[in-house]
Amino acid sequence: MRLELLGRYSRLQSPVHRTKASAKLLLALAAVLAVVLTPVGSAWPLAAVALVLLAAAALSRIPPAQLGKRVLLLEPFALGVAALSVLQPHGAAVFLTVLAKSTLCLCAMVLFSAVTPFSDLLQLMRRARVPALMVTVLALMYRYLSVLLDEADRLKRARASRTFVRRRWLAWTSLASVAAQLFVRSSERGERIYAAMRARGWR
Amino acid sequence: MHIPDGFLDARTAAATAGLSLAGVGFALRQARRHVPPRNVPLMGLTAAFVFAAQMLNFPVAGGTSGHLMGAVLVGVLLGPSAAVVVLTSVLIVQCLLFADGGVLALGANVLNMALVAALSGYAIHRAVRRLFPGERGWFLAVAFAAWCSTVLASICCAGELAWSGTVSWSAGFPAMANVHMLIGLGEGLITALVLAAIRRTRPELIDHNESARTGLGEVLVYGLVVAAVLALFVAPFASPWPDGLEKVAAALGFGHQAAVRSLVPSPWAGYRLAGIGSAAAATALAGAIGTAVAFGLAFLLARAIVPVAKSRKPPLPQA
Repeated sequence: MRLELLGRYSRLQSPVHRTKASAKLLLALAAVLAVVLTPVGSAWPLAAVALVLLAAAALSRIPPAQLGKRVLLLEPFALGVAALSVLQPHGAAVFLTVLAKSTLCLCAMVLFSAVTPFSDLLQLMRRARVPALMVTVLALMYRYLSVLLDEADRLKRARASRTFVRRRWLAWTSLASVAAQLFVRSSERGERIYAAMRARGWR
Repeated sequence: MHIPDGFLDARTAAATAGLSLAGVGFALRQARRHVPPRNVPLMGLTAAFVFAAQMLNFPVAGGTSGHLMGAVLVGVLLGPSAAVVVLTSVLIVQCLLFADGGVLALGANVLNMALVAALSGYAIHRAVRRLFPGERGWFLAVAFAAWCSTVLASICCAGELAWSGTVSWSAGFPAMANVHMLIGLGEGLITALVLAAIRRTRPELIDHNESARTGLGEVLVYGLVVAAVLALFVAPFASPWPDGLEKVAAALGFGHQAAVRSLVPSPWAGYRLAGIGSAAAATALAGAIGTAVAFGLAFLLARAIVPVAKSRKPPLPQA
């Protein structure tokens, strides 16, 4: 299940997937920037960006339902921030514009993250001379994300199978100890990883 | 609190990105100098841990649930510089891998949730600890700092939205601040409970950082970054002088932003005429009362945690 989360479609074969990661990142940034710079009231730039995105999505051969699901999953966040703008005068117009813009940007980024393996992005950062420490931390985080998510699932399941009382305070304290245990295990794993990295000649 | 794309205009995105780059760049330099190589894998795993811990949902009233944000938690566990690096990587992965939080808004998100939240939280934690020594004071400091960091980050977020002209300050600030004053209570509670549980099982994971001293350079640069954020994005709106923002705008040479802001005519103009003194005073009073209540709750929480922690914690042999 976790592997799906981490880029199930990022290794398909399609013209979009074969494009270099740097070019894809630049294109995604350009799309987002074009949307952001569009003044209130003009819809043509937005429509153009939407068409380009649709074409890219069709070329990428990713099931459209999957992309739509990802966008819908993230839409509530945009909706929440946009809801703040309803409270002010002329709120409705601002609300609609902002919602359209943020949805387009969201589509661009969802598509980008679906067609680009994260390891390509790490390579790109390394070549762009992002400080090595940052890239190392990002690479380690990416590598162990699914491991720790699974570990958290196991801890949660173990707790659920041993807790029979529904009390809110108990739920909080036991969930807090699940989180604490997760950190303790991560730090122990970190020590083992350090030993393994040193054994392979790191630094 | 992740700002999606489309809410910030290019000017705000550029300003926040510049400040974030400076802050994170300095944090990376400090971390490279002071974090031993042994702890570099720990930083990566802590980043993954923060992400995984955010998936644990804590039940709040009425079927809703909240989750940990973790700025103060990571700050206490790893120290301020490493915490900034760790939280920044969490935000980068959330943005590039999961499209959570905008890519142009990444600078603003890093500024609010990595820099302001972690640094202000850490500073408040250290300051409160100095005033209230002992184990109980430590938990009081943790819970109160977590509350403050959440509220401060949300206020900066409201300031950036107002700067962009998306959500006017008079609408966004009360909404963001009030909601996050409540969310901050949950954050303080979770942070204190998680740290109490870590202290119970592996106290050395926390104690080795407690003795660390913050260098003068760190205090200066981080203080400068947080002060710049507050001065740029919050002070223009919160100051009782009506033309504060216009003065800043004129001084920095982007007078055209007045046009951007006038897209959203705000009732703030009415406040100015009606007597800005009373509105500002009311806001300040509400903020002061909220802070006092949060501090009191943190105090009660610390009293609730410490006897438990003491009775359950036999003196562990040093590992």
